Amino acid sequence: MTSDTTGAPPRAMLPTWSDVGHLAQRQGILIAFILFIIAFSFTSERFASWDNASTVFRQVSIIGTMALGVTVVVIGGNLDLSVGSMLSFATVLVVDLHDKIGPAPAMAITLVATLAIGAVNGILVGFLRLNSLIVTLGMLSAIQGVTLIYSGGQNVDITDQEATWFAFFGRDFLLGVAVPTWIFLGLAVVFQIVLTRTAYGRRVFAVGGNPMAATFSGIRRSYVVFSTYLVSAFTTFCAALILGSRVMGSQNNVGQGYELMVLAGVILGGTSLLGGSGSMVKTVIGVLILGFIQNGLLLMGYQYYAQWLVTWVVIILAVWLDVASKRGRLFTTTT
Amino acid sequence: MTAHPAAIHSAAELDDLRRRAPLLKLDGITKTFPGVVALDDVSLEVRAGEVHALLGENGAGKSTLMKILAGNHQANRGQIHLEGEVVHFDNPMQAKEAGIVLIHQELSLVPEMSVAENIFLGALPRGMFGTVKWRVLHAVAAEILKTLGCKFSPRDKVGRLSIANRQMVEIARALVFTPKVVVFDEPTASLTDAEKVVLFEIIRGLTKKGVGVVYISHRMDEIFTLSDRLTVLRDGKVRGTLETSETSEDGVTQLMIGRSLEGRTKRAAGAFGPVALEVKGLTCGSLYHDVSFQVRKGEVVGMYGLVGAGRTEVAETLFGLRTPDAGEIRIDGEVVAIDAPPAAIARGLALVPESRKEQGLVLGMSCRDNMSMAKLSGVTGRFGFLKPRAEQAIYDEYAKTLDLRAPGPAALAVNLSGGNQQKVVIGKWLATDPEILILDEPTRGIDVGSKSEIHDLIRRLAASGLAVLVISSEMPEIMGVSDRVLALYHGRIAGDFDAETLTEDRLVQAISGL
Repeated sequence: MTSDTTGAPPRAMLPTWSDVGHLAQRQGILIAFILFIIAFSFTSERFASWDNASTVFRQVSIIGTMALGVTVVVIGGNLDLSVGSMLSFATVLVVDLHDKIGPAPAMAITLVATLAIGAVNGILVGFLRLNSLIVTLGMLSAIQGVTLIYSGGQNVDITDQEATWFAFFGRDFLLGVAVPTWIFLGLAVVFQIVLTRTAYGRRVFAVGGNPMAATFSGIRRSYVVFSTYLVSAFTTFCAALILGSRVMGSQNNVGQGYELMVLAGVILGGTSLLGGSGSMVKTVIGVLILGFIQNGLLLMGYQYYAQWLVTWVVIILAVWLDVASKRGRLFTTTT
Repeated sequence: MTAHPAAIHSAAELDDLRRRAPLLKLDGITKTFPGVVALDDVSLEVRAGEVHALLGENGAGKSTLMKILAGNHQANRGQIHLEGEVVHFDNPMQAKEAGIVLIHQELSLVPEMSVAENIFLGALPRGMFGTVKWRVLHAVAAEILKTLGCKFSPRDKVGRLSIANRQMVEIARALVFTPKVVVFDEPTASLTDAEKVVLFEIIRGLTKKGVGVVYISHRMDEIFTLSDRLTVLRDGKVRGTLETSETSEDGVTQLMIGRSLEGRTKRAAGAFGPVALEVKGLTCGSLYHDVSFQVRKGEVVGMYGLVGAGRTEVAETLFGLRTPDAGEIRIDGEVVAIDAPPAAIARGLALVPESRKEQGLVLGMSCRDNMSMAKLSGVTGRFGFLKPRAEQAIYDEYAKTLDLRAPGPAALAVNLSGGNQQKVVIGKWLATDPEILILDEPTRGIDVGSKSEIHDLIRRLAASGLAVLVISSEMPEIMGVSDRVLALYHGRIAGDFDAETLTEDRLVQAISGL
């Protein structure tokens, strides 16, 4: 048996997959992010410019804002796939009501209606303990239906686009930074503080990490799960403000497919779908990676749709590296 | 190698088989888990055609030993000899192919599949193009079921069978591999008396074929009916291997319990304070019935009984995790309605649950965060912000009181040893300043050192005025820490012993329904 090992170099000299894995696990997503930026910088001069970066931030702000709320749901141990059609619903509603009753009442009504949808998700998943994938997937198509019925299949728009202060959310700049970027990053900071520094945040992590132990510790698990769906409904409402204000109108299926981009950003950032771990910082980075892929590919002259394929490959690589780092090798030998 | 002049199995060749070298020999098996020596130099011989009973309290190492034998775990030291040759199993499949089959306590069947499919799971007979030969499958399965005397069809869905019949399917599955050694791990826990008779017939049938049977059970009557020899494990060591016909229940109990119960401070009944917790006629479906007892301030009441006797369910009801059908709970003389754990905590109750990994800890969280989890409102300041210093103070206080050996407050709970994990759970509950502390199997699966530390702590807490209820299936633990012991049998209180009347014999009788 000893003759087999004599020819091999000493183990300690070579980094093992587990070393690579440990590094990838801790800083992997940041490393990937930096590599991306460098790689794209070589391919296009415009890529690594301040203007381009601020464009990317502005572009990802809608998906990013939604991803913040979905991250809270995921840390609590559940999924929310209904955010895509919730975005369509909220955007159509706020834009349609804008001309009818004015921007402020329109926003108030839209906020209440969106939170109501989140509350239904929350009751079904939190209190009735139904599977969140099924509940929110069903809600995805249900709300798409509601949106189509409400709009009668027509697209809606705001007539006086120059005069309304509603333009603030999607089109204005503060201190040279776009308002959507302020909303996205501002909410990220607030949420990060809430998650890490408040009792509420601790309860979300506990419920996602081990729902039974949380229950045994006197944490009302059902209420916590319920609340996470209100949070993701709220961030979707904020995203709808940015979208409606930027476009000053809305197609009734505008949010279609957003739920997957949102989830991709969350996963790419490294928040575990098993619940109990994750952060807003991770999600911001995950979403930015998606944004820079899209932006870089467009600058390189690829079609818009190429990003979908590339995004999928990037997610698979990220998940694979994560799993590999946990088991200490890239491939599994057991069947 | 004693000959059995009046052996149960009279065939001459069987006697001959038994006289030969042992079929299976475990030699010097040692197994350590982080922080625990589960098995220490354990040796065991099983002869062809014998039923060898394996006894020991929970945590004595029986299951670990059998998992090593069946390839689920690998020993740190020691060898397994099968028919005189050294064998090594990396996984359960290798052990099965070598002829060693473990019939699990927890059934491992697929309820949505048919009996035949379950029997051949992973080894379905295939035809050309990889299609399953259903006719062969059902015919062979039917034949195996017939030898077992089973009345159900191979086409029945396993999910529709009774627990006893599912056990039969497990056994049928073992027979596919023409086993040499079959291990039964507490097979009768969920069987009726009639079903037991059938099971014993099957076991005897196996031994007549020359199979060596290892039989793990807590029930003395079964062991004395069925086994030829028995081996007693305690704290991971073999305490003796005996011919069953040459020993008595008393002798075996002595070996199982072992250590004397020195150092126990007996106190007069008058030394306790007023009644803190009183339960009257508490009933919950088929789980437990008409349970009544009292716990005084300063008193440790032990609750002893077999797994499934309803002990944990009573504790969970007190803590608001189950709703009783009838009965009342009084705290400090006042009837209380506890519908959820927060209400229990508000009433000064604390529950250290049975399973620290599933119910006690969020393993991915730090020790500090786990310790403040039951007292979050107490460490929360304005606008819901946590007070890091208050959390650190909780950690510091209880890490010191409990002599917690953790790398630091930020260490993740998952990285601690079992004993230290349990200390984190206990610390979490002491931080809530409880008046009534319930501990469910407080020392299960933790090393002997931490065990006695926790026992000392329980005594100290009671001395400081807490009312303590300790649930355990370990006799020395119950005898060592309790002032009074309640024996539970099939969901009913079968005995209430104080310091005067408490003896091991009485307790064992009470929990066995004698």
